[in-house]
Amino acid sequence: MSNPQQLRYSKEHEWLSAVEDGVATVGITEHAANALGDVVFAQLPEVGDTVTAGETCGELESTKSVSDLYSPVTGEVTASNQDVVDDPSLVNSAPFEGGWLFKVRVAEEPKDLLSADEYTEFSGN
Amino acid sequence: MSTTPRLTALDALHRSLGATMTDFAGWDMPLRYASERDEHNAVRTRAGLFDLSHMGEITVTGPGAVALLNHALVGNIGTVSVGRARYTMICAEDGGILDDLIVYRLQEEEYMVVANAGNAQLVLDTITERAAGFDAEVRDDRDAYALLAVQGPESAAILASVTDADLDGLKYYAGLPGTVAGVPALIARTGYTGEDGFELFVAPAQAEELWKALTGAGASRGLIPCGLSCRDTLRLEAGMPLYGHELTTSLTPFDAGLGRIVKFEKEGDFVGRKALEAAAERAETAPPRKLVGLVAEGRRVPRAGFQVVADGQVVGEVTSGAPSPTLGKPIAMAYVDAAHAAPGTTGVAVDIRGTHEPYEVVALPFYKRQK
Repeated sequence: MSNPQQLRYSKEHEWLSAVEDGVATVGITEHAANALGDVVFAQLPEVGDTVTAGETCGELESTKSVSDLYSPVTGEVTASNQDVVDDPSLVNSAPFEGGWLFKVRVAEEPKDLLSADEYTEFSGN
Repeated sequence: MSTTPRLTALDALHRSLGATMTDFAGWDMPLRYASERDEHNAVRTRAGLFDLSHMGEITVTGPGAVALLNHALVGNIGTVSVGRARYTMICAEDGGILDDLIVYRLQEEEYMVVANAGNAQLVLDTITERAAGFDAEVRDDRDAYALLAVQGPESAAILASVTDADLDGLKYYAGLPGTVAGVPALIARTGYTGEDGFELFVAPAQAEELWKALTGAGASRGLIPCGLSCRDTLRLEAGMPLYGHELTTSLTPFDAGLGRIVKFEKEGDFVGRKALEAAAERAETAPPRKLVGLVAEGRRVPRAGFQVVADGQVVGEVTSGAPSPTLGKPIAMAYVDAAHAAPGTTGVAVDIRGTHEPYEVVALPFYKRQK
């Protein structure tokens, strides 16, 4: 498993893309997706919602458990991935690509987001 | 309790296969190897191979073995013939369920009782205690066996390719000694998946050899290793109760809808008889909450302990819930008040973290294989 170098990571196992025109994409890492098992239901924040760094903004349900989804940054949601709502297994099959969760217009981001190497060390893989 | 997990004879093999391991009743067991949904579907359509070595085997032998088991358990063990098996329960004096069991009659005077991992010590201690005065020996055989299960429609063909045992003559809920891929085994046609399948009790030292032989023999028929996660969704679809969920010490077999396994007519007294007679009468006059199936209209998954509600009132509680790979919807087993227990009852919901998600009441099981 490798964590893409161009992304940054939270300790709650979300990834955040580079900010383009003020907007960044958020998903969960492959490590988190593997730990959850097959994701069967995704409740994502909706367009227009305000999300806050470190706070819950949705949930991901797998066969055995339900996990809160945290936002790695503060801002306004500009898109929510309908493909994942329709087919939550995308989170398992392509966590860094088609399984992205939402896009956010970043108002503020915490200073403690991790680099790919730091996250790899933090998560153990 | 010891904090060091117990390992099965197949532990190194599971890790080499990349299994996600989980604690289960003090044992480190495979939860899944890759996708639990793929494993579930393999058992429904082809075959799956499970390590169930955490189950507890207790051997009861001697001229008084049958009398002891009839006294200690609620079933009539006297009517089990050699080579057959029976699903039964062990209850406390107050009728509460201590565990559900499968009893195999291996010889005229030899029985093997298989208990759930989490209850094995209690069952062993209880049967040993109840053996006082009976001409029978109770032996802890937990370390004597590893247990592998091959489950699924292809399981008979796979097993037949590596054994000379007469599988056609082996009925459901029967077991006989034989040799599988050169390994001496007790071959039983039992399982917990709702599919045809076999459970193989073997010496731990030969478990790995047998696992590899089965994997090899089954590869062309789509057999894959399966973990406890899919075992749970398989048994849930098949409407099979799980100890600690549908069965507990606070329920009698009658409360669990399994009163038929209590045999009052058998010879001699048995532990729990008085309380169970009262429970049987209560079940007639004032039906307790009934175990039913629930099928979701939405996609949120009910979990054990969630409340079942109707018209703003709590009318029951979920005991097991999971997304059903076969139905493609969340399903649950739940105990609900008799007024809401009839299949087709509408207006029932499950409180999922504050949201009342609509559910349909259905008869169990959710899934029944075509024979």
